[in-house]
Order: sequence, then C-alpha cells, then structure tokens
Amino acid sequence: MTEKIQSIIRKYSSDKYRMMDILLEIQELYHHIPEQAVEILADQLDLSRVDVEQTISFYHFFSLEPVGKYAIYLNNSPVAHMYGRTEVARAFEEEVGISFNSATVDGLIGLWDTADIGMSDQEPAAIINGTVFTELDPAKARKIIQGIKEGKKVADIAEEIADKIYSKGLLRTMVKNNIHAKGSVLFGDFELENALRKALDKTPEEVVEEVKASNLRGRGGAGFPTGLKWEYCRASGGDEVFLICNADEGEPGTFKERVILTELPRMLFEGMVIAGYAIRAKQGILYLRYEYRYLKEHLESILQGMREMNLLGKDIAGKSGFDFDIRIQLGAGSYVCGEESGLIESMEGKRGEPRNRPPFPVQSGYLDKPSVVNNVETLCKVVPILANGADWFKSVGTKESTGTKLLSISGDCKNPGVYEMEWGMTINEMLEMVGATSVQGVKVGGPSGNCIDSTHFGRSIAFEDLATGGSMIIIGEQRDLLRDFILPFTNFFIEESCGSCAPCRSLTVILRNKLLKILNGNGTKKDIDELYTWAQMGTTANRCGLGQTSANPIITSLDNFRNLYDDLIKTDQDYLSAFDLEKAVAASCEVVGRVPNIESH
Amino acid sequence: MNKNGKLYFEIDGKPCYADEGQSIIDAAKANGVFIPSLCHVEGVKPAGSCRICNVKVNGRVMTACTTPVEDGMVVDNDIPELIELRKAIIDVLFVSGNHFCPSCEKSGNCELQALAYRYQIMVPRFPYEFPLKDVDASAEHIFHDANRCILCKRCIRTIMKEGKHVFAYQGRGGEHLQIVMDKELASLLTEQEAQEAMEICPVGAILKKEQGFIVPIGERKFDKVPIGSDIEKQ
Repeated sequence: MTEKIQSIIRKYSSDKYRMMDILLEIQELYHHIPEQAVEILADQLDLSRVDVEQTISFYHFFSLEPVGKYAIYLNNSPVAHMYGRTEVARAFEEEVGISFNSATVDGLIGLWDTADIGMSDQEPAAIINGTVFTELDPAKARKIIQGIKEGKKVADIAEEIADKIYSKGLLRTMVKNNIHAKGSVLFGDFELENALRKALDKTPEEVVEEVKASNLRGRGGAGFPTGLKWEYCRASGGDEVFLICNADEGEPGTFKERVILTELPRMLFEGMVIAGYAIRAKQGILYLRYEYRYLKEHLESILQGMREMNLLGKDIAGKSGFDFDIRIQLGAGSYVCGEESGLIESMEGKRGEPRNRPPFPVQSGYLDKPSVVNNVETLCKVVPILANGADWFKSVGTKESTGTKLLSISGDCKNPGVYEMEWGMTINEMLEMVGATSVQGVKVGGPSGNCIDSTHFGRSIAFEDLATGGSMIIIGEQRDLLRDFILPFTNFFIEESCGSCAPCRSLTVILRNKLLKILNGNGTKKDIDELYTWAQMGTTANRCGLGQTSANPIITSLDNFRNLYDDLIKTDQDYLSAFDLEKAVAASCEVVGRVPNIESH
Repeated sequence: MNKNGKLYFEIDGKPCYADEGQSIIDAAKANGVFIPSLCHVEGVKPAGSCRICNVKVNGRVMTACTTPVEDGMVVDNDIPELIELRKAIIDVLFVSGNHFCPSCEKSGNCELQALAYRYQIMVPRFPYEFPLKDVDASAEHIFHDANRCILCKRCIRTIMKEGKHVFAYQGRGGEHLQIVMDKELASLLTEQEAQEAMEICPVGAILKKEQGFIVPIGERKFDKVPIGSDIEKQ
C-alpha cells in the first residue's frame, strides 16, 4: 500500500495544492482513505495528521471508514422523495440486509444518503462507484444488488437495468437530457470556432467591451455582470491569471449544467477560450462536481479533440502568442464549494470554506493570483454573443435580464427537464409550459431562493423580479410543504455549512429545532414569532451566500405559507414546553420495570 | 488623508486615524474604540469567523477584522442594531456548546463570559442544546475540551509545533464540526507552549494541566473591569 500511495503523491509532484486529486485517487482505489495513507500524506506533504484529516472530513465523498467496494449513494433530496425514494431505499436495505449510512461487514456494499446529485428530472437516482443510475424503482434496486452479489461490473449492471443507454463518444449513460424547450441563444445555430475567430479579430479589451455591452449577467444565481468581472480582473494586473469555470451546481433542483456538459461541451470550452483571451489567462480550470464524475472522460476527449484542432494549446487558431489550455478539477461533494471562493479553496486542496472579502477573487484568487470564476451557462453564452453581437443578444429578454435562461424544472409536473426560455416569462406561463396543475407552491432558485404561493404566480422570472440560478421545484397541492420541503432543506443547510461563521453553523440548528417544535404540535404563536425574528439574524451576519440564505426556506415559507404554520399551533396557550417528560423517563422506567405515570403528577 | 499620511475615518462620529492596510478593528483599538471579537488575534491573518465584530461600513454590515480602513470611511459600531446582533451571536455560542461558568478554570479570564457580562446578558434567548462533545486529555501538559469550544479558529491559526498545525477542524456542518488536537504534536508541547495555547483560547476549551485555580476567581482579568476597558481608557 505504501508504494502505491507514494506513487500517487509523486504523480502530483508532492504538491499539497493537489490534495483533492491525491485523495480522490486513494479513495477510489481503497474505497476509503486508510489511516496509513493519512500518515504518509502528512509525512510527505509536511502537514500534521489533523491537517490532512480536516480536508478529508470536509467532503461527502471522502471517508476515513470503508464505504464499500460498491458504494451506493442514493439521493435523499425532497424531489427524490416525491418520486418514490422511500420505497427504493427500503428495497436496497432489504436486499443488502443493512440500514442506510453503513457498509456490510465484508466491505462489499455500502448504502449512503447523499444530497441532491443533479438528477431531479429523473429521480430516484443513485451514484454507484461514479456511475449514475436513474429512475429507480424497488425492482431495479433489487436487480442492482443481485448483480453486485454476482460480481458484475457496475457498468454492466447499468446496461442491464437501463430502459435505454445514451451514447456520445466516450460517454455511455442512462442519464437522459430531457431538453424540452430549445431557445435561440444556447440551442441556436452553433458552429465551433466561428465566435472564437471573431473574438481573436478583436483586442482583448474589445471582447470585454462586447460582453459588457451585452449586459450578460452571471447565470449561477448571483447575477453579477460578466464583462465587469472580467474588467476588474484585467485591472488587477499580474502576470498570471486564471479562468475558472464553476461546474459545481449543487443547488438542489438544478441540473441544467449536466445537460450543457453533455450536449454543448464544445460551446462551453470555446467560451472559456474566449474568456481566457479577454482576461489574458493561460490556464483554464473546469471545477466539476464529483456527482458528474461520469462525464469526465467524455469531457477530456472533447478537450483533446480541440487541442488537435489547435483550439487549445499554443498559438490558438493561428493567433501568435495566444496560449491557453483547460484542465478538469474534480470536487468531492460539498454544496458550499459552489461559492466562488470556497471553490478556489477546494481547488487548492483545502476545505472549501468561502474566503473573506476583500480581496475578491478577481484581485487574489486561485494561488493568490487574479482569477475569474464564471458559471457554465454564463461561459456558454459568451459564444453566441461574440458570434452575433451584443445587440442581437440584448434583443432577447428584458432590460435588466438580457438573453435567455436555462431552467431546471422538476417536481409535480408532466415534463420535468431543462427549458431554455426568454427572461421575463411569468410563473403561470412556466407552469403551463411544463404541464403543472393544482400547484401549491414553487421553490424558485432552490432552497436558497424563494418559496412562493399562487399569489406570486403572475410575477416574472428575471433579475428585476424573481431572480434564479435556474432551479424550479414545483410543489403540488397534495404535498406537506413544511415537513417534506422546508424541514429537509433546512437540514441540508445545517449539513452543508462549512461551519466557519458562528451564526450559519449554529443558528440554523436553533431554527430547525424551533421548526420541529412547531411541527410536533408543541408550538404557540410565540414560537412562530420567535422563529421569524431569529431567522432574520443570520442574513447579514454571515460571510457567504450560503450563510446569508440558509434561513430562506423558513423565512420565505413564513412569508407565503403562514397559514400552514398557524394550523399547527395551539392557540389557547401562550407557552408550551417542547420537553417530553414521558420520553425523558422512558429509559429509566424500562430499567426498573415501571410504567410512566405522568398524568397523576 | 491627513497631513501625517494617515487615513481619516470615523467610528460612531469619532474622528480616527489609521495606517494604510490596517483593519478597522486594529485601527479602532489604536484610537481607543473597543470593537468586540472572539476570533481576532492582532498580527495574525483574520478569520472573520465569530462574526461578533460586525460593524456597518457606509451602511453595509462587514466584519471589522477583515475589512481594511479606507480614507473617509464612516463606521457604525456601538449602535442598537449591532449590539442586538452581537448579543444574539453570544447567545448562539452559549447554547450550542456546554458552558458551565461557575466551575470553569477560565472563569474571569474567559472572553465569551466577559462579553456576556459587558452586554448584560442574564440568560440566552435560545434553548440550550446540550450537545455531546469530546474531551481529549491524552497529552502531558495540555487538555482540550470541545464542550467549551466556540470554534473560533484562534488555535488553528496560531498554535504550531515543528512547523505544523496542532489544532484543526474536523467534519463540517452545524452538528458535526469540531476542533481536534493532533495527539502526536500535542504530546510534544512544552509547559510554556501549553500556557500560550491556553492564553490564545478565548474560552476554556484549551487548558494547561495542573493550572486551573492558582489565581482565585474574583482576582482575574475581567472580574473587576469589563472587557474592552483597557482599550477605552486610553
């Protein structure tokens, strides 16, 4: 083992900034990070053991304990539950004979809950050793386990249980694209190299001006003007600059980037080359969430093809002195790494804790060099903008929100999937488009966004009204909105908090406990009032976007679904304790053989 | 910019001066203004993790330890909105750990306790969580009690042995994150180093062994004057 681990470390030049890659290889080889590996890593990278372990313990897909030769990570997001996750999980448990979040004694199979894996349009879904399994049902779950017990390869099991396998170069997968509406920008005419040639005919400054003129805003959710970000980076100076593409879409309910990476990788990479030219970067890095690991070989082969066409490498497209290449950096399972500075920390082999600002990444980012972090969809849009001009782009959408938006729509509707639509579409129009009726509410922008009721359905999807990174979860009237969405989304934020800021780390737990008190029937009006007041506190006190929005499920549901809370509380009492005496004495009563006699006290 | 080449700024209307690049919290201290913090260590790269030093800069909430002073900056510090926020964060820290002031070795020297006194907090507004936490007493001179830890990262950032970090975060999230001590390195710490580690910890999570009550309670740092008095007296 020692020799193998040392050779992995050598492969990455004993560089502690490549810790993610080193750990990923060890994890995939041994199905955990063995104690011996931690020791060797600490020794060779000149770190303490706890320093190595603090990175390992930050990421969901790294483990110090064996996760199983076949590690089954079954999505347990609210959307997965809408499509029957509970029954699938039970089938897995029965067939394997263990409970979730444990592995069999022989180390063969592990069953693990995992947060949203970007398959909300085809849930229940699971990742087994990097391969994605979608649209599972109990019968398929049993078949998977039988296949494993027969010693079959994961890829072969996938081919057996899939209704259909989709093939694209090196990619063979059962994951569907589900593209239900193609707009004029992303899915318009695209001819590789066309936009790049037009860009290279301009100076880098002119390219920045063109993007600024288009009013393109970041498609990850925050909506920062892309051209301005590039300009700030250029203004930072320095001889080394990085362009980073954020493909860490972790917002539950979003999966549009999965579709772009599958269908339009050349457009994305061309956009990265143009951006690299504009900001004078020589190195581009695609940070790919581990959940999309199955796309890596496919993407690598596209990159290789582009190198062979001289669209990457030296003197790109004949432009003397313009050198640029792209490498793929895998993540390892962490929502907060989608925040640009958390992503940079992760790229440096550390815990993905968002940084304090200033300095901003455009001033001091990856390896303390000026860095631009742009979303996948944003970089794609640079291509049609350069090909057709800023005015063409601005002719679509609204004044503040130019162009189109790719939406990931899931939940209670006929046709979950991705839709490219013009900014400005109303929620009502969207619901009609996807075939949704009897809608109780829509989670706009995922858990960190807004939770709206029907009185808001006339509003439009745009930065000036309902801003969104693209996640749209439709919640039907039959659903228990508080128990099945607001509670698990709050738990999601507790689990995914990096823990650095006190209010994000601990206040969210306090809020969740208060919510539970109300859900358990021990709430009064005072509890609702306190929940609302307390939930507001973290919004300004935390460092990053995650922390600032971690109370949004509670705040927005209190704003728009107050009646659901009111129905749960006791109105005849001012105060109720959440303390359950009967439960508290149950264990001791059992020991002495008594029946709790609460009533008479 | 004033004539000495210093930056001019105001805290709660008081004229103040700062050096280029100086953080608001350090500059405030130099001007006799106390901005409370539980994670800041002067001279060490700020963590911005406790969020207690949040001030308002030109109307926007920012941490005073991570924000450098800019010429002409207008800073709000001792205003009701921020006092309320700070009290809430102090409450959060009390209920999310297991703090037992009356018997704690750090009582009177504890900055969390001292801030609670300064803000006249009688009882936290949130329900206690009584979480289960680990205690590590394996090293010869030093003792780590996660019950009293507020995860401020001071020890992570400052306590080194043989050029390596003795303390580190472990896990993540609101219910699993804790600070752990490297057993091997901790066992090498000298008495003097253990003393320094205890002093850097704002609370009673890091203790030097056989030290507890040598200075009696009642005669300790914050027993007689509120925290921040030394800065405000200047």
